Amino acid sequence: MKKLSYVLFGITAAAFSAFTYQPKEEGIKLPSGFSAQVFASEVGEARHLTVTPQGNVYVKLAKLNNGSGIVLLQDADKNGKSEKRSSFGTYTGTGMALSGNYLYASSDEEVFRYALDANGMVADPAHPERIVTGLINRRQHASKSITLDNKGNIYVNIGAYANACQEKDRTKGSPGRMPCPILDSAGGIWQFNAAKLNQTYGDGKRYATGLRNVVGLDWNKQNDQLFVMQHGRDQLFQLYPELFDAKQSAELPAETMYAIKPGDNCGWPYAYYDQLQKKKILAPEYGGDGKKSGGENAIDPAVAFPGHMAPNGLLFYTGHLFPERYRNGAFIAFHGSWNRAPEPQKGYFVAFVPFKDGKPSGEWEIFADNFAGTQNIQSPGQAQHRPCGLAEGPDGALYVSDDVKGTIYKITYRGK
Amino acid sequence: MVKLFVVAVLCFISLTTMGQKRTELQSSIARGKAVFENTCLACHQADASGVPNLAPPLIKTSFVLGDKTKLINIILNGLKDVEIDGERYDNPMPAFDYLTDNEVADVLTYVRNNFNNKAGGVKADEVAIVRKSKKKE
Repeated sequence: MKKLSYVLFGITAAAFSAFTYQPKEEGIKLPSGFSAQVFASEVGEARHLTVTPQGNVYVKLAKLNNGSGIVLLQDADKNGKSEKRSSFGTYTGTGMALSGNYLYASSDEEVFRYALDANGMVADPAHPERIVTGLINRRQHASKSITLDNKGNIYVNIGAYANACQEKDRTKGSPGRMPCPILDSAGGIWQFNAAKLNQTYGDGKRYATGLRNVVGLDWNKQNDQLFVMQHGRDQLFQLYPELFDAKQSAELPAETMYAIKPGDNCGWPYAYYDQLQKKKILAPEYGGDGKKSGGENAIDPAVAFPGHMAPNGLLFYTGHLFPERYRNGAFIAFHGSWNRAPEPQKGYFVAFVPFKDGKPSGEWEIFADNFAGTQNIQSPGQAQHRPCGLAEGPDGALYVSDDVKGTIYKITYRGK
Repeated sequence: MVKLFVVAVLCFISLTTMGQKRTELQSSIARGKAVFENTCLACHQADASGVPNLAPPLIKTSFVLGDKTKLINIILNGLKDVEIDGERYDNPMPAFDYLTDNEVADVLTYVRNNFNNKAGGVKADEVAIVRKSKKKE
């Protein structure tokens, strides 16, 4: 086990050293040829964002800023810094997506859409159409992230309102509930019609289940498939000190990327994915001991990352600005961990996974780093910025949102 | 002369009691540190700064510095959906009722006298009273 992790560490370290990192504006470290600009700052608690073909950047806020929950940032002179800002929407939330001539945004219970005019401007900011309503919100994992396919469907994450579906949540010694009743209305991805008004559970379809909480998700246009990033369960050591030590609990379970087919089950709460043993393990709440296999009906992840790094944004890059190896690959914004304590925290960066024909074609690597502004982060409060949302501009630039200080970064490539 | 002697003795006695009290507080704090590291640190973090939007900080909040009974109840019963000094935290805190009266008293004494906090210590008897009234409910 230990040996394996050293080997993995070696491989990862070798992969990182292939790049020469140079500190860039605002201290963001990028591979050579790339640069980061601060597109906007202090926009509020910036969650997901999207960019229209005209270059208008819409950002969803988790807290109201001057009474508004959506910010529009414009850069008319195209100098890479937004000089015009306006806001609308009276609700907080995370989801923000674009499809055709509509802007979609979510609160923690509902999904709305706004018609866009020929300039990519919201025609009637005060009167959005309510697409989905009545989704469960019990605070834990309440954010409703959204993405759309090109057949008129919208996919909504409904996170499980628990860590591991115990009889008493996050309580040492409390067994797992069998079957887990949370899965009826949460712990999965629901599919709705992107144009029909006032839909709720009965109108939608549970598209995937056994997902504890997904914040980052995206539709892969290359193979026409939904990909999601799951936040793995917390507290193996705190709940089962007889089975796991603090170091194992910091690494396990994996944060996982899944390629979803309709009806897929990803295993939560009965099993989790162990990236060191490379298999699905029976959760200790359901009789597991950290070694016994589990999740026989569950799919394997497409990519497994170290634990607790909190993948909050997923974007398949389709632009032409970045070098060819980035095309159709996946960028993942890792918000950064808390459940690695007393070990140092990890994440707080944007990772990249190369893809070929809709499948991962290489190891993951760190793409943009040092958002936290400090090395050896002991607690998340020490991080100056935390990456959350990702979006691609019409010019192929990559936008990254930060929900600590509300900074929006624009990453471009200028060549060697 | 006799008067002076009595005053000196009294001074000596009171200083010793003060010293004993200080030692009691210091040893409770030391025991509480171990309880904190085993039980609280994972969520509230090593520096007690908490996790933004998920777990509250334990630094100079009205809860930590405030009413002892309320604090003891939080440890014995857990906490959910409560606003603390204008902020909401989404992860629920489980009940830690398996901790002994002494452990609850020590960990609260430690937290209330650390992380820039300054508030009175908590005694095991105070925890016992709260636990007893909880059982009657």
